[in-house]
Amino acid sequence: MAFVHWLKRNLVVLAGLLTLGYLLLPNVIVTVFSFNKPKGRFNYEWQQFSTDAWKDPCGVADMCGSLSVSLQIAVWATLGATILGTMIAFALVRYRFRARGAVNSLIFLPMAMPEVVMAASLLTLFLNMGAQLGFWTILIAHIMFCLSFVVTAVKARVMSMDPRLEQAAQDLYAGPAQTFLRVTLPIAAPGIAAGALLAFALSFDDFIITNFNAGSTVTFPMFVWGSAQRGTPVQINVIGTAMFIVAVLFVLASMVIGNRRNRRKA
Amino acid sequence: MSAVTEAPPPLAPTAPEKKPPRRRGRLTPYWLLLPGILWLVVFFALPMIYQASTSVQTGSLEQGYKVTWHFATYWDALGEYWPQFVRSVLYAAAATLLCLLLGYPLAYLIAFRAGRWRNLIMVLVIAPFFTSFLIRTLAWKTILADSGPVVGALNTLHVLDVTNWLGWTQGDRVLATPLAVVCGLTYNFLPFMILPLYTSLERIDGRLHEAAGDLYAKPFTTFRKVTFPLSMPGVVSGTLLTFIPAAGDYVNADLLGSTDTRMVGNVIQTQFLRILDYPTAAALSFILMAAILIMVTLYIRRSGTEDLV
Amino acid sequence: MTTDNSGDVRLSGISKTYGAFTAVHPLDLTVPQGSFFALLGASGCGKTTTLRMIAGLEEPTAGAVRLGDQDVTHLPPYKRPVNTVFQSYALFPHLDIFENVAFGLRRRGIKSVKKQVEEMLDLVQLGEQARKKPHQLSGGQQQRVAVARALINHPKVLLLDEPLGALDLKLRRQMQLELKRIQTEVGITFIHVTHDQEEAMTMADTVAVMNAGRVEQLGSPTDLYENPQTTFVANFLGTSNLIEAEVDSRSGEDIVLRAGGGKLSLPGARCSAPTTTGGKVLVGVRPEKISLTHADDAGEIPEGRNRITGRIVDSSFIGVSTQYVIDSPVCPEFEVYAQNIDRDVRLVPGAEVVLHWNPAHTFGLDAAQDIDAGVETVEEDAA
Repeated sequence: MAFVHWLKRNLVVLAGLLTLGYLLLPNVIVTVFSFNKPKGRFNYEWQQFSTDAWKDPCGVADMCGSLSVSLQIAVWATLGATILGTMIAFALVRYRFRARGAVNSLIFLPMAMPEVVMAASLLTLFLNMGAQLGFWTILIAHIMFCLSFVVTAVKARVMSMDPRLEQAAQDLYAGPAQTFLRVTLPIAAPGIAAGALLAFALSFDDFIITNFNAGSTVTFPMFVWGSAQRGTPVQINVIGTAMFIVAVLFVLASMVIGNRRNRRKA
Repeated sequence: MSAVTEAPPPLAPTAPEKKPPRRRGRLTPYWLLLPGILWLVVFFALPMIYQASTSVQTGSLEQGYKVTWHFATYWDALGEYWPQFVRSVLYAAAATLLCLLLGYPLAYLIAFRAGRWRNLIMVLVIAPFFTSFLIRTLAWKTILADSGPVVGALNTLHVLDVTNWLGWTQGDRVLATPLAVVCGLTYNFLPFMILPLYTSLERIDGRLHEAAGDLYAKPFTTFRKVTFPLSMPGVVSGTLLTFIPAAGDYVNADLLGSTDTRMVGNVIQTQFLRILDYPTAAALSFILMAAILIMVTLYIRRSGTEDLV
Repeated sequence: MTTDNSGDVRLSGISKTYGAFTAVHPLDLTVPQGSFFALLGASGCGKTTTLRMIAGLEEPTAGAVRLGDQDVTHLPPYKRPVNTVFQSYALFPHLDIFENVAFGLRRRGIKSVKKQVEEMLDLVQLGEQARKKPHQLSGGQQQRVAVARALINHPKVLLLDEPLGALDLKLRRQMQLELKRIQTEVGITFIHVTHDQEEAMTMADTVAVMNAGRVEQLGSPTDLYENPQTTFVANFLGTSNLIEAEVDSRSGEDIVLRAGGGKLSLPGARCSAPTTTGGKVLVGVRPEKISLTHADDAGEIPEGRNRITGRIVDSSFIGVSTQYVIDSPVCPEFEVYAQNIDRDVRLVPGAEVVLHWNPAHTFGLDAAQDIDAGVETVEEDAA
């Protein structure tokens, strides 16, 4: 009876933890299989323990090259989308202007559009213009679909910002440029950082839009896609695991630093 | 205090300045908007127009294409690929429903029951994002492998008999069946359900639960009458964020499915990148876009939360 | 204090319109150097807009703002020798207290700010908190930081926009005295915007009561309270009993009025309305000026006092006084505040009473205005 009662009270916790397990299971598999030594070309079945792949992560032709392409595109796309998106966000929150509704729709639609539609239509544009598909077309596409997410993240932050803070800065002898640099930007920074981080993650992991507009350029997701047809090297799992660990460490470190800072303040 | 009174007042230009009234940069917003909006117009809106035009063109790759207002492409595309359309909607709807059922308890857990574990669980929900989703989707090939423990267990429990009868699986396998595709879609878009759900649940004042309890509501009634209605914005945006990408996805159907589970995304992808039948591909893409926009609009109207974004 | 007038604030004909809405009607106002001036009014009356035009945060649609002899109408806020204590303080959340206070000095290119900032923080008793962030301070402390941050710049005028609105009652009282003390010490012109009439009366030398974009009346707190010129001022500042009356005759300096069958007397000097025989006038009297006598003792009331009969509807005991509501033929809700000196036990709801007061305490207002203007409604408050 006590058990039934306990179960009733903690049912939601159990269900939630099961979902968490479902979310994390593939990462566990990816990690475990990074130590596999598969017999054939595909790394789907467990054979025997080995650290070969970890010792030689770039041992597969073209993989680390594709990783570097992805990183470059992600960095530039993040930069471009963050700058353009922050400007739009400020315009939307801080100014009144005509065609506000149209601008809002133009920001919203890319987020409400299936990727494949954007990918296909962008490809028609590039084909019609006779553009050479490759690094630049990928970058253009990535900036395009990251832009809306940056706008949303920055807008939320700027909107919650008290306009009186900028007025106070002006009242205290800061000109427009000084006000922006000393007050507006530092306060909006967390929103801009969140937008940039999101843009980076979206760009780095994008497959569908890149698949359509890459030409013969191979990004890391494209490489994984290709290897799913030709044969999956264990090194893919090494990269996947390493990214997961780096990300978790990064987040945990920032949390610890944040906590410590809070404690020092208090 | 004398320091303050005796100090000479700073900034006192004595000559009265005559300046024209300040125009607080009427053009500033336009300059701020210009580059980004131009980018979206050229690389998002304009392509849509190109695509619309491509969809009514005829011709061939060798001879070039011309706009001939050939609307028959639409009928032909629908006639030939309606099963893929239906499949896309069904799979996406199933995945969305599963995401809601699986995601709600976890979002609830993080919002109300996690206590000091809250941040850690949040990290665990977001962290998988950092491993390329293709790699993670490939991991499902291992999990659902024919000789793996999952299929074995399902077989022993005779679950596969039921799913076979429902047409979700075939024979002794899960891979290359609709079940695998829906499972992959659910997995891939689950965080997009959990995060908005969590955001709207977290805003709910915990005292509302106490108030409901105080007013004679049992825990489940409290959930039904208080918590769930208040989390509706999260439910609506979560379902949209799950359904839209799931309906257009072709990765899961390709990696985890078979030719019998092809979705409309797969068709668009092959038409565009392999068969190079641009008008058909453009028409399909256009139909998908229109269908999703209509469904989303109706859905938002019905759920009465128009100020989502 | 000082003979120069560089701290005078002179508004001439300034107005502000937003589309069809006029926030401030053309307004002339002079605030002399070194005074503590309050702009008092309900939310939306234009007081904050007026303040913001002085600060340079809002540009007047017409008119000019002068500081001393300098026309600052078109100067941006960062070029005006004026500083503001903002509503809810607007402390920079990303800077610590020290840097918040040093902000204005640094923007003007002053390098060694340490000594000044420390002195300023000591003045507002926050020396210990210099390295904390604003959100780690209490409301009262934040308020003092905001004052320090503005005062350190030695502005010619300090503008305060509802500076105490976010504080609880007790702290507000304390800060009122504190601000008054600082103002007396530094001798800077303070212009204080508030919706709290008690706050305005406690602190300011001169109060301008604003309503619907206009200044209704300007004067010292006592003057405004004793001689309101409009029903709005009469009702907004404290409570007034207003009775509609008809001019009957004049007797010397006094005007004799008829109201509900009885006669009331009003000093002619205290009537701001035109008085033609047979014309209407609103007669006002403050609740605390009235004495209450049980009807049985009516004969003991001295001659020459204004009197009205009525019945007690409600009484509430609030310690120092008892507040009665009396139903009389001339006014259904006549308020009387009686000091609790000798309490007459017969004065309970239902008792018939006579209200009487010294005619010198009566004031007269133009009857052609809303008798309930400025009466506080329940939703009032917040700016």
